[in-house]
Amino acid sequence: MSLKGQAYIVGAYEHPTRKAPDKSLAQLHAEVAKGALEDAGLTKNDVDGYFCAAGDTPGLGGLSIVEYMGLKLKHYDTTDTGGSSYNVHVGHAVQAIATGRCNVALVTLAGRPRSEGQATGTAPRMGNPQQPDLQFEFPYGPATANMYAMCARRHMHQYGTTSEQLAWVKVAASHHAQYNPHAMLQKVVTVEEVVNSPMVADPLHRLDCCVISDGGGALVITKPEIAKKLKRPLVKVIGVGEANKIQGGGVGLDLTYSAGLESGKRAFEMAGIKPSDIKYASIYDSFTITVIMQLEDLGFCKKGEGGKFVSDGNLISGVGKLPFNTDGGGLCNNHPGNRGGMTKVIEAVRQARGEAHPKVQVKDHGLVLAHGTGGSLGTRHVGSTVILERE
Amino acid sequence: MSDKVYQAVPSTPGTETYWDAAKEGKLMVQFCKDCKKPHHYPRGVCPHCMSTNLEWKQAKGTGEIYTYSIMHAAKPAYVIAYVTLDEGLSMMTNIVDCDAAKVKVGQKVKVVFKPTDNGGKLPCFTVV
Repeated sequence: MSLKGQAYIVGAYEHPTRKAPDKSLAQLHAEVAKGALEDAGLTKNDVDGYFCAAGDTPGLGGLSIVEYMGLKLKHYDTTDTGGSSYNVHVGHAVQAIATGRCNVALVTLAGRPRSEGQATGTAPRMGNPQQPDLQFEFPYGPATANMYAMCARRHMHQYGTTSEQLAWVKVAASHHAQYNPHAMLQKVVTVEEVVNSPMVADPLHRLDCCVISDGGGALVITKPEIAKKLKRPLVKVIGVGEANKIQGGGVGLDLTYSAGLESGKRAFEMAGIKPSDIKYASIYDSFTITVIMQLEDLGFCKKGEGGKFVSDGNLISGVGKLPFNTDGGGLCNNHPGNRGGMTKVIEAVRQARGEAHPKVQVKDHGLVLAHGTGGSLGTRHVGSTVILERE
Repeated sequence: MSDKVYQAVPSTPGTETYWDAAKEGKLMVQFCKDCKKPHHYPRGVCPHCMSTNLEWKQAKGTGEIYTYSIMHAAKPAYVIAYVTLDEGLSMMTNIVDCDAAKVKVGQKVKVVFKPTDNGGKLPCFTVV
């Protein structure tokens, strides 16, 4: 059974906060759930399926958060693939709906790394010593920034990608963020400003990195019969794909591509369309290099040509061929809980509905894509691609 | 950089051989006796064929830099890298005892061992 068209995203909500010292993690989950349900025109009593990532829902795989919100469920799924979890959840929710496990699926993300003072990108994170790779990696100081920097360095070496090309990704995101009153960084920046910002992990500069923000987001997904009774524009899920990328026991290490190579292929096959059919793309943007690699892997350009593809404003709405992250993305707007997949799906839904900011709304928005990467491109990660169609 | 003591993570059952050898200045690699392929990091089950019929061999300790990054956000800065060993395996490591600004992709390196806070040694690499 194909999952194509088996469910619709009927609710999408991004919390307006970017710093929430006065709100608990559980409250943020509940507030985004309320926002997405109100957006859909549904209530919590309609929800019978809940999807969250175990890592940002403390208390036995989301159960405590479920209780906090007072949900009575038939189905729940706490798959955690880091930042791509929410893209994964869209696919899992469609599957659960298509097989009758639930009718109305709620997906939530919340986090408050900014209030908690987390050095998200620059401090190596000690995990559970039973994590089998930890003893062979943690002593060397792997932090999020230097893991992605090693991908960038290799991409530069292999394909001639330059710092200026990486900078174009940030420049495009900043052009979009200027219209988003909630964005953390609303100032338009230039290529020169990006490459002259302080070096964090060579070759990535400070402005090659995403923001650290509190907040969250939520989605409501349901079956066609319910979606068509609601008053919102119909945004149908027509393609989903997941893939992991691992180190293969250290044999044949290649850090120049991502799991998007396979997840994208799966999603496009299901949808029955080509990358050139996509008119808007939400692309995971933890760092500028993340975008370049994923654009190549998803098939928007050839491998190694991502740097050239993003240059000269090609990602800016109204200017280039492939408008991306028109909310300002993780690079300028929001990266709640260090998990950027949720906001990728939300902005894709806004675009498909025609409800993005008028200055960045794409005209032909019948087919949009949201792609996430969770874990690290420098070690191991899960990619997940979602393709949506405005009906 | 040379006097840095690295923070170790405790070994787990099956990895003691790697760390015991490192303490004696030897870099060990695991090979599968069934599929004949090597792997890193060390583990009790071959990631290529799931065999548990594994053996340890001492690596030559030489290789080249696959990629690297100078971590300027840390004080002092350090050079994290993946080195591809002559045995064909890539491993995460640090490049030490050399001018970070001169580190390049493709550069030949050899293993050196640096102290850890649990009295052990950590395999790092320096340019040849």
